[in-house]
Amino acid sequence: MTMEAYRYEDGSISYPGHPRGPGGTEPVETIDLSEYTAEVVTWTTSTATPPGVREPNTLVIVEFDVDGRQSDSEGGSGDETVRAIGQATTDDLETGDTVRPVHVEELREPGAGIREPDSQEWDGYRFEPV
Amino acid sequence: MERVAIIGGSMTQFGQREDWIVDLLSEAGLACLEDAGVEASALDHLYVSNMASGEFEGQTGVMNALAHDIDAMPAYTQRIDQTSSSGGAGIYAAWQSIASGASEMTMLVGGEKMTHRTTGESTDVIASLTHPAEYKHGVTLPSFAGLTARHYLERFDAPRESLAKVAVKNHKNGVDNPHAQFQKEVDLETVLESPIVADPLRLYDFCPITDGSAALLFCPESVAREYTDEYAVIAGIDGATDTHVVHEREDPTVMGGVVESGEGAYEMSGYGPDDIDVAELHDMFTILEFLQMEGLGFAEQGKAWKLVEEGYTDRDGELPINTSGGLKSKGHPLGASGVAQGVEIYEQLVDEAGPRQVEADVGLCCNVGGFGNCVITTIMEAGQ
Repeated sequence: MTMEAYRYEDGSISYPGHPRGPGGTEPVETIDLSEYTAEVVTWTTSTATPPGVREPNTLVIVEFDVDGRQSDSEGGSGDETVRAIGQATTDDLETGDTVRPVHVEELREPGAGIREPDSQEWDGYRFEPV
Repeated sequence: MERVAIIGGSMTQFGQREDWIVDLLSEAGLACLEDAGVEASALDHLYVSNMASGEFEGQTGVMNALAHDIDAMPAYTQRIDQTSSSGGAGIYAAWQSIASGASEMTMLVGGEKMTHRTTGESTDVIASLTHPAEYKHGVTLPSFAGLTARHYLERFDAPRESLAKVAVKNHKNGVDNPHAQFQKEVDLETVLESPIVADPLRLYDFCPITDGSAALLFCPESVAREYTDEYAVIAGIDGATDTHVVHEREDPTVMGGVVESGEGAYEMSGYGPDDIDVAELHDMFTILEFLQMEGLGFAEQGKAWKLVEEGYTDRDGELPINTSGGLKSKGHPLGASGVAQGVEIYEQLVDEAGPRQVEADVGLCCNVGGFGNCVITTIMEAGQ
């Protein structure tokens, strides 16, 4: 399982990836964000959650400095950042905290909400303070 | 291109209603025709702004059902869904229909029936607009508001109370709107001590779940004069789209769709932020009022909260915002909300706003879909 971001021809990175990036550029490589740590940009704990979602549900927006903060296995150049949103493993958080992705088999119960269960994946990564 | 006039407006009682979607649409549509003194048979086009009647009620084809119920056949009908900005998108479509010459009389009716669903179910229907990468985490529109509010308060050193003051102001305005879901004031302490929904935001930072409908009637300005001397004209209108994935935006406190659609509407109308006398902003969450004030140029980035604190946006302030009570107090029946914003500005410009009346020649409404994903900004002026 990977947390796959796309890098585009212009050097920008997005998570999730899209068929076209900024300026209509095509993706040229994928980056596994699960190998990186990230910084908390903001967070909230939602107490009114939809069917099939844990309650309370702490969510964070985090920022990965992919090229400046190197992964265990790869070098990097430049200073491209990419943001992601996801559940947090705790509500004991502050803006600026460092977190790492932790894989979870099922982030919410498929089929409990309105979306067709087979239309998307339900596993993914929560963010855990380092 | 002939200028597009609005010659009638109506809205049903917003709140918890026993009626279902088509009944609500019919109620607002018939009231709008009566307000303008126009027969349904005069309609060339009939548009329905609605986000999710199929998901909420299992009723699709609402535009056809409305046309039949109010005897508007054979008018061309179309349902317009742009999530929470369906109403604004309907105004844009109605404007296009008249400005292009395709129609000489277009009625727009927006509506939604929601309250028969639980809060969780309604929240999920709305959250279905999110990207799969967001949806699987249980991301909801209120959680986007909590994430953005924390970022805004921390980044701009704004006091938490400033958000609560948006709720206090809009509830105060809603007292004088007989169609509003909540016609009662709330004080600062009540807002700040209400249950947490998505911290730092609390219950009173959020609009309610609502049933309701609203309608507007459009025609060329030359035709408007055949019916009335009191009408409004769409001076400028534009729509814009921002990212589907909210966290991909460069600056979480800037809604690109608000900025772009606002600039487009200003350019078309020849007006600027300083010319606006009254505005209806999409205060689905209190933080959104700040972001739209800044995106539309009413305040510098990070400083809208100061204007709210100073009373600048009060009904008797320099720029009254959400004289209707806003979504916060009036309620937010998704597809109706953008139309109801237009009704409020129309009534302000033709001096029919009753106790909410302010002195206004030019008004603006900004209708936001998703969390700024799709936005329509409309500028109206009083007809001459």
